[in-house]
Amino acid sequence: MADTAIGVEGAHKKYGERAALDGLDLRVARGTVHGVLGPNGAGKTTLVRILSTLLRPDGGRIEVAGRDVVTDAREVRRRIGLLGQHAALDEELSGRQNLEMFGRLHHLGARHARVRAGELLERFGLTDTGRTAVRAYSGGMRRRLDLAASLITEPEVLFLDEPTTGLDPRGRAEVWASVRSLVGGGTTVLLTTQYLEEADQLADRISVVDHGRVVADGTADELKTLTGGDRIDVVLRDAGQLGAAVALLPLPAADISVDADRRLLSAPVVDRMAALAGVVRALEASGIEAADVALRRPTLDEVFLHLTACDDRTDRTKEAV
Amino acid sequence: MSTYVLSDCWTMTRRELAHWARQPVQVLVLLVFPVMLLLMFGYLIGGGRGVEGSYVDFLVPGMLALTMAFGLEGTMLAVTQDLNKGVIDRFRAMPMANGAVLVGRCAADMLQSAVGLAVLISVGHAIGWRTHGTPGAFLGAVGLLLLFRFAMLWIGIHLAMVAGKPEMVQAVQILVWPVGFLSNAFATPGSMPSWLGTAVEWNPMSQTATAVRDLFGGPGGEPGHVGAAVLWPLALVAVFFPLAVRRFARLSR
Repeated sequence: MADTAIGVEGAHKKYGERAALDGLDLRVARGTVHGVLGPNGAGKTTLVRILSTLLRPDGGRIEVAGRDVVTDAREVRRRIGLLGQHAALDEELSGRQNLEMFGRLHHLGARHARVRAGELLERFGLTDTGRTAVRAYSGGMRRRLDLAASLITEPEVLFLDEPTTGLDPRGRAEVWASVRSLVGGGTTVLLTTQYLEEADQLADRISVVDHGRVVADGTADELKTLTGGDRIDVVLRDAGQLGAAVALLPLPAADISVDADRRLLSAPVVDRMAALAGVVRALEASGIEAADVALRRPTLDEVFLHLTACDDRTDRTKEAV
Repeated sequence: MSTYVLSDCWTMTRRELAHWARQPVQVLVLLVFPVMLLLMFGYLIGGGRGVEGSYVDFLVPGMLALTMAFGLEGTMLAVTQDLNKGVIDRFRAMPMANGAVLVGRCAADMLQSAVGLAVLISVGHAIGWRTHGTPGAFLGAVGLLLLFRFAMLWIGIHLAMVAGKPEMVQAVQILVWPVGFLSNAFATPGSMPSWLGTAVEWNPMSQTATAVRDLFGGPGGEPGHVGAAVLWPLALVAVFFPLAVRRFARLSR
């Protein structure tokens, strides 16, 4: 298992009666980016906090960089970096003071810590912040400094818990670029996100988590195949006709999802050509005008909804109809 | 591994000192507040029921002890604020010594208290307070005061972790006042109703104040209280230090 950076078997964690992790399994290969995708409350943050030794699991075998997170926490801490959801910085101190302090606490020695702080400030474009306290930083600057602080020792494993939540598109692009450059250096990255696009962009493999378990695991393409292959999209000219179209098209009504804002009907198909021909004929015969009809691969959004579908989501889809 | 314990604690102490350097006004307020209380009681409210001899000589050692007791609030506030900041997660996910965060707080607060004592002693001298003991006894008195502060510090750290939220600190801040004043800082127990006097004499802070007055050679001092002024704080530390450290370790639950 020398090529395994993160190994989780049957992780359990309860908060009172509620199980945050309910027998979660995960294996992340060294040097890869692994996306953990799930809705709010799925257990993503609990998983990251356990992997980074901040939280004790109730049960399960959990290893990071070959060390047990419970019995060998200190050794794990020497090998990891953590970028949590909230900035883990001393707001009263400057960026340089923060980085030097973290460097010393990583036992780099005073001189090395100073040099390293300078390198990281330069790399993340924070050199000219001088003595300004972190509390006066913008959100993007704070995130960059936080990421820099996670990289003090060039960690073997880096945890990013929703790294771009709350950032504008530019800040998001910056964080993505940093993550990509890290992986080039051999760091293993575990990234949690609610954004499918982010997982699709960055991750080699993705685990979809819901209710404290992994409900699907694979590359983005494999996950897309899971929902049953191709789909047909029909965009109508008039949103008022969506209901009529659902009833009339030769597609199983239960599988059709409707997006009223985009005047869009979408459904999985088995025989591509037959479905396309059937839809076009039905539209012509009924006189419902279509702006576009197209066959396509499913998006990760659909995979996600499909895999984590719970009652309230199904309800919402019906209401939209 | 253990070779890093001291350097980790020093790093965390430096962090607190860096905070001071950035907020000199806040530090100044902390130093001025006890001076204000001293002047208020010395000139406005003064009188000193049951005190034989100079009231200033009675009041200043009492104020020194009270200032040490009130330090509990400052410690508690700082710890709750720290625990509610994201940075604590980074510390806890680092290979640093367990509890260096608490030790840093401890060192900084003790240093602040030592400076506070120096300021208060100087102001006391300026308003006419005189000690009559030996220099050795003087240093012993300062040592007892700092020992008492050390006990208050660990109570403060423990309460902070029990309370969790900075809002809860307010409740404790309000409670510290009656406990502080339910002592012989301003008046002798003999001048109070007997049940109150008994409660006041049992207050660990009163033990420290009486012992310190004795060592300074002023009114209100009685020989034989130094033992209690050493044992009380040590007993409090023996209870609250392990409780606090255990609480800190259990943040991961």
